[in-house]
Amino acid sequence: MTIANAEAGDRPLTVEKQGFATLRRPAGMVLLAALAVAIPFLVEGYTAFQFTLAAIYAIAICGLGLLTGYNGQVSFGHSTFFAIGGYTSAILVEELGMSAYLTIPIGGILSAVFGFLFGITVTRLAGLYLALATFALAIATPQILKSSHLEGLTGGSMGLDIFKPEVPAFLALEPDQYWYFVALVFLVFCLWISGNMINSRTGRAMIAIRDNPIAAASMGINTTLYKALTFGVSALFAGIAGALCAIVVEFVAPDSFTFQISFLFLTGMVIGGMASLAGAIYGALFVLFIPNFAEDVSKNLAYAVFGLFLILAVYVLPRGIAGLVQSVQAKIFPQRY
Amino acid sequence: MDLFLQQTLAGLANGAIYAALGLAIVMIYQAIDHINFAQGEMAMFSTYIAWSLLFQFNVPYWLVFPITMGLSFLGGVAIERVVFAPLKHAPVLSHLIVFLGLYAIFNSLAGEIWGHTIKKFPSPFPDASYRGLIGGHGIGTILVVAAMLLVVFLFFHFTRLGLAMRAAASNPESARLNGINTTRMTALGWGLAAALGSVAGMLIAPVVFLEPNMMAGILLYSFAASLIGGVDNPGGAVAGGFIVGVLENLVGTYVEFIGSELKLTFALLLIIGTLLIRPNGLFGRSVVTRV
Repeated sequence: MTIANAEAGDRPLTVEKQGFATLRRPAGMVLLAALAVAIPFLVEGYTAFQFTLAAIYAIAICGLGLLTGYNGQVSFGHSTFFAIGGYTSAILVEELGMSAYLTIPIGGILSAVFGFLFGITVTRLAGLYLALATFALAIATPQILKSSHLEGLTGGSMGLDIFKPEVPAFLALEPDQYWYFVALVFLVFCLWISGNMINSRTGRAMIAIRDNPIAAASMGINTTLYKALTFGVSALFAGIAGALCAIVVEFVAPDSFTFQISFLFLTGMVIGGMASLAGAIYGALFVLFIPNFAEDVSKNLAYAVFGLFLILAVYVLPRGIAGLVQSVQAKIFPQRY
Repeated sequence: MDLFLQQTLAGLANGAIYAALGLAIVMIYQAIDHINFAQGEMAMFSTYIAWSLLFQFNVPYWLVFPITMGLSFLGGVAIERVVFAPLKHAPVLSHLIVFLGLYAIFNSLAGEIWGHTIKKFPSPFPDASYRGLIGGHGIGTILVVAAMLLVVFLFFHFTRLGLAMRAAASNPESARLNGINTTRMTALGWGLAAALGSVAGMLIAPVVFLEPNMMAGILLYSFAASLIGGVDNPGGAVAGGFIVGVLENLVGTYVEFIGSELKLTFALLLIIGTLLIRPNGLFGRSVVTRV
């Protein structure tokens, strides 16, 4: 019934440091950081905005990866956590005039609390049934946001407009460039947290639960607690991403938080590589930029292309792009592996 | 009292719809031990094929019905052969990902081929109503679902093929030792589920209109129906469908907070509640797994 048992074989066990194994070398890190900083100066306005969205998606995908890739719990419902973050930010900015920057961690934390509570409720469900419960959550969310009970807060089906803060005067940046860097800072922060978490006692507990929940429990790991905690952290990231997205797009509405968003995150996670932090970045770039090519053929086909890639990934690339990158590196620098 | 009766009957009509798709879900669960998340989208796609036959090729309705079922059967078998056969021993997660992939492909292809404008789909039943309480289509749907259930029951309990299918699902190894081709049984299960789903789609489309996203909410209710009834029990799924349909309507009428605007939340609560409190449903058998 558990996802991980059969899968444990094709993943390296956790002797090596997890996550950024491919990026641990200083030269690679510097190169990557330079590239990340250079991007908004190399591309024009709208593409810079798309890279901003990619950074935001990468945060959410990273959170989903912690949950599914490292802890073995499936979630079809991350659009809900994304919505909690987005709406928290929009409501706090619009109703209370709070600083938009401050609403990002608040949105994240609210989402984390909800994620933890949801996680603890469904802790006994695994695999198929967890997918079903979270699927139901994702389908029900837009209707809850539209309902008249919350209309005063959420603006009903019209949604809410928010205005993003001005670029600080001392920075000579275009708004698109500036917000790319804000998103990037949050992304780096989230990746740093995830990296530390995975390589700690907590992370080893998470991975043990994924690989064999019964063995993990008999070693004294409180599986309920760790599963719910992972759910919480995962929701924290999705909430932060949702708040950032609301601010950058300057708008939230129920129909921007449908099951499709969950689907995008899952696609990004699977294609990027599930148990890999770098995979979150590959996955986010994939889901943002593939539609640009697919839509040249036809606007409707973007999701068909995603579906096709998802199925292909299961056959030929079970460890995603990150796995591919790793095996290519191993071919080029065999002495390191 | 009139309101109660009216809502209950309307609930039964809705419930029949959930039961129809619920039967397809149970059928696939019997065959592969998983719930197919793309079942709703597959049914939607079948319904579009029926629409094309009706209005683009001008085939009469009574022929469209069996042709669509047949095509869906072949489609289901093809999906199993091409996509799922290689994944037989893959973990649940891989199956879930492929279900999602199919979900996206069918949804997006339907939009590409037939567009996103809402289409009317005719009902085969007379446009009458019984004392203003329940429409002709509602009664017809209930009868068709009852017939479907009867056929499924007879198939599983009184035919060699049905017995072989049950054997292949419950104990593949012993089934193989007895000369049952379990791979063929799995493919058959996919085909039958797709055919049942196409009937469900053709019954649902006159009520909600035809468009690529028509199934999202209904799929959720059908999941709730099959879970409440016990996901390995066709009769349970039908009973579950009626229970969910009636509950949905009564709760929507009498619980002001839920009304008609939180109906999906109600389905969410039903699903999570059933999974947590009675995971085998009302009529399902409990399965004990060994460590």
